[in-house]
Amino acid sequence: MAPKTIEVRILRQDGPAGASRWEEFSLPYQPNMNVISCLMEIQKHPVTRDGRTTSPPAWDQNCLENVCGSCSMLVNGRPVQACCTLVDRLSLPLELRPLTKFPLVRDLVVDRQRMFDLLRKVKAWVPIDGTHDLGPGPGMAEVERAKAYEFSRCMTCGCCMEACPQFGPGNDFVGPAPIGQVRLFNAHPTGRMNQVERLQTVMGKGGVSDCGNAQACVQVCPKKIPLLDAIAEVNRQVTGQWLRELFGG
Amino acid sequence: MSESRIIVVGGGLAGLMATIRIAELGVPVDLFSVVPVKRSHSVCAQGGINAAVNIKGEGDSPDIHFLDTVKGGDFLAHQPPCKAMAYDAPAIIHMLDRMGVMFNRTAEGHLDFRRFGGTLHHRTAFAGATTGQQLLYALDEQVRRHEDAGRVTKYEFWEFLGTVSHGDRCVGIVAIDLHAMAVRTFRADAVILAVGGPGLIFGRTTNSTANTGSAATSVYRDGARYANGEFIQIHPTAIPGADKLRLMSESARGEGGRVWVPRAKGDTRDAKAIPEAERWYFLEEKYPRFGNLVPRDIASREIHEVCVNQGMGLGGELMVYLDVSHIPRAMLDKKLGGILETYEMFVGLDPRDVPMKIFPAVHYSMGGLWVDYERTADGLLDLDSPRNHATNLPGLYAAGECEYQYHGANRLGANALLSCIYAGKVSGPAAVHYAGGLTQGAAALPDAPYAAAQRRWEERFAEIRRFAGPENPYRLWEEMGDVMTRHVTIVRDNRRLAETDQKLQELMARWRQLNVLDTSGWTNQPLVFVNQLWNMLELARVVTLGALRRDESRGAHYKPEFPKRDDANWLKTTIAVWSESGPKFSYEPIDASLIAPIARKYD
Repeated sequence: MAPKTIEVRILRQDGPAGASRWEEFSLPYQPNMNVISCLMEIQKHPVTRDGRTTSPPAWDQNCLENVCGSCSMLVNGRPVQACCTLVDRLSLPLELRPLTKFPLVRDLVVDRQRMFDLLRKVKAWVPIDGTHDLGPGPGMAEVERAKAYEFSRCMTCGCCMEACPQFGPGNDFVGPAPIGQVRLFNAHPTGRMNQVERLQTVMGKGGVSDCGNAQACVQVCPKKIPLLDAIAEVNRQVTGQWLRELFGG
Repeated sequence: MSESRIIVVGGGLAGLMATIRIAELGVPVDLFSVVPVKRSHSVCAQGGINAAVNIKGEGDSPDIHFLDTVKGGDFLAHQPPCKAMAYDAPAIIHMLDRMGVMFNRTAEGHLDFRRFGGTLHHRTAFAGATTGQQLLYALDEQVRRHEDAGRVTKYEFWEFLGTVSHGDRCVGIVAIDLHAMAVRTFRADAVILAVGGPGLIFGRTTNSTANTGSAATSVYRDGARYANGEFIQIHPTAIPGADKLRLMSESARGEGGRVWVPRAKGDTRDAKAIPEAERWYFLEEKYPRFGNLVPRDIASREIHEVCVNQGMGLGGELMVYLDVSHIPRAMLDKKLGGILETYEMFVGLDPRDVPMKIFPAVHYSMGGLWVDYERTADGLLDLDSPRNHATNLPGLYAAGECEYQYHGANRLGANALLSCIYAGKVSGPAAVHYAGGLTQGAAALPDAPYAAAQRRWEERFAEIRRFAGPENPYRLWEEMGDVMTRHVTIVRDNRRLAETDQKLQELMARWRQLNVLDTSGWTNQPLVFVNQLWNMLELARVVTLGALRRDESRGAHYKPEFPKRDDANWLKTTIAVWSESGPKFSYEPIDASLIAPIARKYD
């Protein structure tokens, strides 16, 4: 039977420095509620369960349909996209916390700039000559395209990075999401042209070989991207590159 | 010219494309966005992007694409920009393909194309059912490449507040850092706004939460003209939700999805238990040629007719079935996987097995900031002209959904991604040409206009920060959304529109009674929302009053009192100009010199 009210506990912190605290809210239950609709309900009535007026919690959001990657947070301990996490499928009370692997900004907002910097580091792009008309792109078999498409849906949301035991503030491991992008661009007919430079960014310390094979990343990816396949493939490519460099091949 | 500096506001398709083009011309770009650009609303576009590449050998051509676009827009769009866009579309597809967009392929490895509304040709390239996401990522990657090379500087989590002007010239912007909450000005020789649509003035829609229209409204308040605001597209197929109305892409119909209701009013049987003969495929019946792929305004209106006027909606509501369950699963997974997963995730039922329940929702604004263009003798655009995509404020440009250029009274499916990229591609060089022609660059201007603009906005936020009244901003927004959705969407009535404007003015009075909810100086989201809310109210009046004045039916604008298109009186662009007491309206003729307006028929 559906409950009449939903209890939500939110870990709050006013800024990067300072102490955190729990706040608890009690919301009227509605069918098909998700975590964002709960937070929106709190915005409309920012009063805690014990009747104290507070500020609405801060969080990141945009598309609300699992395609922009904004609203990553820990819901009942699991990194998810809050917008497509339905209350009916969760145990209560709901517990919302910010991701822990990225610097805290405020409440549920964290700073994921490191992920975008990593995309830059691994050269996650196709090196085109320019946007002027040079005719059609390279042909591609549909099966190859379909496989590559799985990796091109990565939203840079950070859930896999949060779950990965090797990735974190005190560690320089590149993490699963950027490795998926290395896999993507190394398979593209033009992207492959700077495969060597790209592989050099994930060789050695902090590179793909630092993966501890915990396999946590694939379990939390909201897009079900086959990250383990990417890690295995990029590992092979890196080994090949290492051998070529060693023997001057 | 090498000393020019250009600001682009907004990191969706239009903003990123403009950024790339400017960077390619060697001019540094400062790129501002309220979210990391990779999270912009363009990611929500699902179905595809149009280009008459004629891969299926159907005799498709840019001229037919051009005709479909202006006819789809019910002849309200200026024709030269539409023609130029249709002619450039194949090159845009090839460019995206070269950037690595994982477009679906044919057996031979060519790009595959699907059908979309308002055309009889397979003209829509697609990447699964997440085409917008894939296109945005490709441009995001190219911008990152230019960023890596030092040509682009990003300001993410910064919100545009207004322009800085020197005389009548736009010479920079005022923006607020959404974390540190500091207000700052930035100098630029030209500014391109690519800030997206204003869906949130209707409350819950298919739009992302950043789509408040606040930035475009802000420049409207600074004197920029706003055109055709009353033309708002209602997408016929969305999924209801408490936080947002999620889109069910037109590609579901493009791949064979069928819209129906039970023939018997109040039939409570499960959809699967209703035999074929007892299902009413009302679009196929009324429009035998285009069937389920009539343009969106027509589909939404027919759904409204069947559900509201005839009382045939599912459960007596404004709701119908969208059925893809007759299509083989493997084909659905390959071509529509992403959107079917979305339905399954939020509704809990598998649309491969059971028909989806869908309803119309606010989706897109055809109207937006007025922008100029310079045509050639053969009806295309003069791409060397600084007039293309220029607003009436010198130095201020607009591109993408925030301007009105390409869609007239109704946008065809899969023309949005195209128009955003095309607008970015054209506006970037136009701004560079303009900046290159200036005798005095922004860097050499005195400090005074910047200091004055900064002071004005600091005072504005200091005022809002003191708001301690009884009204909650998010509930006031909900009230606005409810009244706008009820009276300013599929069916419009002059009495209701006038009442809506009264209500909007009441809400504006109550805006001053708001409580800011948060007085913090760090990542204060309600503070910026209260500022946005005022702009939303201003823009809602432009939309509502524009609709009230236009006594005809055209494209997405439908008034039963005036059911026909009236070219004698209304084949003209609506122009709204801000004043203290509300929008002032005037009208401008349309360049319909290439295709004479004909009746818009799809049966």
